[in-house]
Amino acid sequence: MTHQLVIYPLLLQLFLSIILMFSWSKISWQRVISIVGGFLNIAISIWLFAFIWNEGTQTVQAGNWAAPFGITFVADSLSATLVLLTAISGLAVSTFSASSIVAARLKFGYFPIFHFLLLGLNGAFLTGDIFNLYVWFEIIIISSFVLITLGGEKAQLEGAVKYFTLNILASMIFLTAIAVLYGLTGSLNMADLSLKVAAIENRGLVEITAILFLIAFGIKAAVFPLYFWLPASYHTPPSAVSAIFGGLLTKVGVYALIRIFTLIFVGDVFLQDTILVMAILTLISGGLGALIQNNLRKVFSYLIICHIGYMIVGLGLYTEMAIAGTIFYLIHDIIVKTNLFMVGGLIYRITGTNNIRSLGGLYAQYPLLSLLIAIPLFSLVGIPPLSGFWPKISLITAAFAGENWWVIGAILFASLITMVIIAKVWANVVWKDKPELPKRLNFRYYDKLTNVRKTQLVAPIVFLSLISLYIGFGAEHVQQLSSRVASELMDNQQYIDAVFKPGQTIKP
Amino acid sequence: MEIVLAIMIGVLYAAGIYMILRRSLVKLILGIIILGNGANLLIFLLGRISKGSPPIIPGDLKVFAEAYADPIPQALILTAIVISFGLQSFAIILIKRAYKVVKTDDLDEMNAIDQDS
Repeated sequence: MTHQLVIYPLLLQLFLSIILMFSWSKISWQRVISIVGGFLNIAISIWLFAFIWNEGTQTVQAGNWAAPFGITFVADSLSATLVLLTAISGLAVSTFSASSIVAARLKFGYFPIFHFLLLGLNGAFLTGDIFNLYVWFEIIIISSFVLITLGGEKAQLEGAVKYFTLNILASMIFLTAIAVLYGLTGSLNMADLSLKVAAIENRGLVEITAILFLIAFGIKAAVFPLYFWLPASYHTPPSAVSAIFGGLLTKVGVYALIRIFTLIFVGDVFLQDTILVMAILTLISGGLGALIQNNLRKVFSYLIICHIGYMIVGLGLYTEMAIAGTIFYLIHDIIVKTNLFMVGGLIYRITGTNNIRSLGGLYAQYPLLSLLIAIPLFSLVGIPPLSGFWPKISLITAAFAGENWWVIGAILFASLITMVIIAKVWANVVWKDKPELPKRLNFRYYDKLTNVRKTQLVAPIVFLSLISLYIGFGAEHVQQLSSRVASELMDNQQYIDAVFKPGQTIKP
Repeated sequence: MEIVLAIMIGVLYAAGIYMILRRSLVKLILGIIILGNGANLLIFLLGRISKGSPPIIPGDLKVFAEAYADPIPQALILTAIVISFGLQSFAIILIKRAYKVVKTDDLDEMNAIDQDS
């Protein structure tokens, strides 16, 4: 019975949303329920992760309909890792939003919708059916639409129009691709598709379907040239919302790309080359875009795009070491990006502005906080031994082995640009003398908050920074995990066996 | 019959994408609705339209005796219709609210957030 554990993260988030909806106007209860639920979520995710680590890939058939006719929920190492990271980020952002989101927004259902978003994320990571993946993607985007517009400020509405247009377009293209794939193969189960797609003779149509999937997930993952909705919209909602978006929503697109191109459309050289070119251009253009921004949160938005390039480049190289580098980068990036936006929110709360030119003097005012925010900033750059450095070793080694010099050049260029950007941010925000800013009326400055609220702002950043330090200093464990995930992805037999022959324990 | 449906789906996709690229907010949402209809018809077409019976095996047989209609595309289309209905109703309310706040229907005017802030 313990293999039912696979869907427990989903059920927990669903129950949390329902309980939070019943306490719609009691915000203090909502804060407590959300944070306690976050801890429970982490506990269940650790339990699931340990179970999958020991027992191999596990499946649950929805409604007990056998595969490939029913919907399968599959937890392999990649899914279990991402569910655990979602739980960690979810707890951090819940705690941060308990303090940073104003009560007026919380009264209109911020926490229930936030937990719907986490439900959609868990579902997308755990599903083994491609149309079910579409449904979970829709749950994610509709929750994100609500979160991005909650509050109704002019900037939010403008950003939301651009955000929803591109995301609905991506959903339509995804639906088109599913339709063509169903017409070709007659099946929707991912393990079954893996077997059937390899046997189709009409390779041209299969390639077109793969390109449609690449475009749909590329829009969601913000790769070049499909990323322009991200800098137009991610800096408009409150920082807690940007944190969960930047840390997890683009990574769902990356996860879907990894799943599709390692399980279903395998071995297509044209696609791998296309993905490589898109990744190189993403690295370069994301980095260059961040150089000229003056709004701190727009800098971070462009850095999201730049670092998505690292993960996609590993997928394009398509060797086991490259995919291990992608997975390690995914693990590192989810934690660091969530942390980065929360740091941005904390700086906004302290100073009242997001404009880099008006910021300054943070070290003089709050030296310990400055040292704390150094950790995510320098982890992002990838200074050894912090967490951003180790996956680059795998990626560059894999690129050397395949003699892809452009890839190595793009990776090094993006690292250099990230360093320049973070140095600029650090110098302007922390070291520069504090310029005279007019005090904003009706703004809850950080130094006027109660101690509980201050802790709720700082504790998540400490939590995620400690995890980043663990990933950096304990990189050997994370590298072991990434290698195991990569070997499972490159050899699909254990995934297919787990779906079609459940009950036989497939040892790793 | 399939060729008529295929041409119609092509026209719907083209019209939807043309409308999305227009400058007006209202034409944007109309384009999204048309695109959704095109996608649903595509699923319908790819389920192999044929004169068939409902997918129920008669009581005395073990397998299907005659051609039957594939139930899965119907389920996919229903789900897609419901999801896009929810998304479109949200989008319409969002556009109404955005129009009230930004006071213009012109997408080219909505660039306050692109300026240096």
